[in-house]
Amino acid sequence: MALSVNREQRKLTQTPLLKIWVPWVGCNLNRRRGSSVPQFCNSPTMIVMVGLPARGKTYISKKLTRYLNWIGVPTKSFNVGQYRREAVKIYKDFEFFNPENEEAMKIRKACASAALKDVAAYFSKEQGQAAVFDATNTTRERRAVILSYAKERGYKVFFVESICDDPEIIAENIKQVKLGSPDYVDRDEDEAMKDFSQRIDCYKSSYMPIDDEKDRKLSYIKIFDVGSRYLVNRVQDHIQSRIVYYLMNIHVTPRSIYLSRHGESELNLSGRIGGDSGLSPRGHKYAKGLATFISDQNIKELKVWTSHMKRTIQTAEALGVPYEQWKALNEIDAGVCEELTYEEIQENLPEEFALRDQDKYRYRYPKGESYEDLVHRLEPVIMELERQENVLVICHQAVFRCLLAYFVNKPAAELPYLRCPLHTVLKLTPIAYGCKVESFSLNIEAVNTHRERPVNVDINRNPEEALQTVPDHI
Amino acid sequence: MRGSCRSRNTRDRAVCMTNCPTLIVTVGLPARGKTYISKKLTRYLNWIGVPTKEFNVGQYRRECLKIYKSFEFFRPDNEEGLKIRRQCALAALNDVRQYLSVEGGQVAVFDATNTTRERRGTIVKFAEQNGFKVFFVESVCEDPDVIAQNIVQVKLDSPDYIDCNTEEAIEDFMKRIKCYESSYQPLDEVLDRDLSYIKIIDVGCRFLVNRVLDHVQSRIVYYLMNIHITPRSIYLCRHGESDLNIKGRIGGDSALSARGKEYAKCLRKFIQEQNITDLKVWTSQMKRTIQTAESLGVPYEQWKSLNEIDAGVCEEMMYEEIQEHYPLEFALRDQDKYRYRYPKGESYEDLVQRLEPVIMELERQENVLVVCHQAVMRCLLAYFLDKTADELPYLKCPLHTVLKLTPMAYGCKVESVYLGVDSVNTHRDRPENVRAQRTTEDALLTVPAHL
Repeated sequence: MALSVNREQRKLTQTPLLKIWVPWVGCNLNRRRGSSVPQFCNSPTMIVMVGLPARGKTYISKKLTRYLNWIGVPTKSFNVGQYRREAVKIYKDFEFFNPENEEAMKIRKACASAALKDVAAYFSKEQGQAAVFDATNTTRERRAVILSYAKERGYKVFFVESICDDPEIIAENIKQVKLGSPDYVDRDEDEAMKDFSQRIDCYKSSYMPIDDEKDRKLSYIKIFDVGSRYLVNRVQDHIQSRIVYYLMNIHVTPRSIYLSRHGESELNLSGRIGGDSGLSPRGHKYAKGLATFISDQNIKELKVWTSHMKRTIQTAEALGVPYEQWKALNEIDAGVCEELTYEEIQENLPEEFALRDQDKYRYRYPKGESYEDLVHRLEPVIMELERQENVLVICHQAVFRCLLAYFVNKPAAELPYLRCPLHTVLKLTPIAYGCKVESFSLNIEAVNTHRERPVNVDINRNPEEALQTVPDHI
Repeated sequence: MRGSCRSRNTRDRAVCMTNCPTLIVTVGLPARGKTYISKKLTRYLNWIGVPTKEFNVGQYRRECLKIYKSFEFFRPDNEEGLKIRRQCALAALNDVRQYLSVEGGQVAVFDATNTTRERRGTIVKFAEQNGFKVFFVESVCEDPDVIAQNIVQVKLDSPDYIDCNTEEAIEDFMKRIKCYESSYQPLDEVLDRDLSYIKIIDVGCRFLVNRVLDHVQSRIVYYLMNIHITPRSIYLCRHGESDLNIKGRIGGDSALSARGKEYAKCLRKFIQEQNITDLKVWTSQMKRTIQTAESLGVPYEQWKSLNEIDAGVCEEMMYEEIQEHYPLEFALRDQDKYRYRYPKGESYEDLVQRLEPVIMELERQENVLVVCHQAVMRCLLAYFLDKTADELPYLKCPLHTVLKLTPMAYGCKVESVYLGVDSVNTHRDRPENVRAQRTTEDALLTVPAHL
């Protein structure tokens, strides 16, 4: 960050969108400061997976990538198997992975190199901060290649090794994600299982796990038996510490997460944002409907979470079960716009209204919050959701959007426009590498609170254009 | 936080509910940092709102024995010594039971060597009988430099060695360690695979974590993995005096006054004179801290989490105005300043939760200067100096004064440096009368002077 010596002369100005005080107008603060991940890490980080096939490497890669992106660390995963499928087009059988197969070895090495090159491009040209290199990387030789590649370019390296010998877990794994793979699209189940087991055997003989003695200078985490035990060595910095914390909190026990907003509130009816009003009559009806729905779902040991705001608590009260209040689940703070209608915001603060439409994710209400701030505030909620099993979260529109974006991997640009209507429950069930989403509308009328991005987001637009997409209200 | 849930006793094994208390048990040879970890962990857990207490068996032994003669007491063949030591352990466990089952404690840290499988077995059984979860924290270290440094820092000043010179003390202590070595059975990956524990190897170089059961254990592991013992200092100060400060108004986002700007210049000089290696500077996202940092001429990082407490509807009011418009709120605040939440605003308790990631990052970092606000500084200071929730909102954090905190032995050395620039006083003490029906005069008794 270049700084001029003469800074006493400059006057602090607050940037209009982010509401950040900067030394002078046009100051180059393209790195978002004060985000949940402090910008101490100047070197990009390569997260390198290690492990036999069917040990959850891709599962971890994708999940970690999703988490890091959500908390604001630009991350991309590079699956070498994908590169192989593009190079080889048709997968015949496990013989391709036979260590004696020289032809195949050549191709596999080339794929790994291609992936590494793409990692470098991601860091240097696309401002990526973390890259997950998803491959078996089971030999010391291969890992040495990666280490020297990273060293030359000044990347930090953090290994994530998954070790598991429980035949049941491995079989389940194969069933969940391998049988549906492009490699086995024309095979029947038994054939595929047999071939894949032989594929694993090809790697076993040459597998050299990370060695606690020989590799003591490396930074890594070893995950044993899907999280029963961990070995963590030489965590270098903040981002590695966060990665370790995250990996230690996730689990693969089947469960579902239910997301719902509070029932329709009085302020919802009048088209006003924020505030702390109670439920409308229809909102109360929804709460009762939710109680029935939940009891019909017959969920084992369901935890119920709400915010500290009246409308979510009233909704939870109708369920007749214990619930926990989280201040972190409170709706986005609209600052000076609290309890205003969109029409009033347009009338009194037309410029703010336009700025919000220009970048809804980063826009911070005056004396309020942005969606970006909300994500930061919700991170402990996500961490605890990962630890938990069956949970029902009763929250608010913006909060719901942030949580949903995390689970279904929506980028910052889409997050603030995700549809989260009132009186609808989303049931999220982790499956394979993603999340199954089931939507249940409880068929109780409610106002629509979803405002689409209008076509004209220019500060000089007229009120009609600004208010074009405002949903109906009293 | 999670409400506590007491356990029920059914025969020998009490039912362990989701919120049942946790017994943290340290394991390790002498001079491996067990007490350092115990005290630090206790401080952290209490600060984030988990009632925690540590039980140091060595303390019990000192109370029992009165006078420590020599390492001979710890010889494995000293029957008399063994008896006393066992009694002390049991006495401590009894107090643990009292704290967790009767006094509403949530976590107890049982600080002793616990180096034999037998002793650990006794503790596990004790925990099962009472419905406590057990989490072991083992510290393993063979680096002679680290151990020597440890002995110098905390053992030489122990009551045990009060009458010995340095060489004598070190010699005796080394022999003491030897007494434990032969019978030391570290936690075993195979034999102890059903236990929940973290093994800290070489002061945080490496960790082995096994079977983390719940949220508290997960937080403990995360904390232990982020702390370090590299010498460093943390500088805490507030922004320079602001325009609203002068007017006696709380909150807001005003600029520095003339004197505040003067302070910023003095802060720059002070920091330069301190000659600090690799100093990181953090501010909030409010104008007054940023203006202060700008004067330093070095890069700084803005944290929204460091913003001043949100006074909600009372933002930018003077205390006199709050008394006039919200006398009940004003009284409630005085009744319980830590938990009181401003209408549409925050409480100190909320602030602590918001600041936890800042504390975690401060633990990871080395030399840091934090330019923040009165309530925020009180929260951070309370963490470092182990102040209770009752004391926290009344800690004195005057303007234009830098606190230099340097971790030392089991605590923190505090040096307070006033930079010699005048400012208003913003500290309002708890008035005598906190009742809702008090007179305006009684309410405003302790309001500091302003324009």
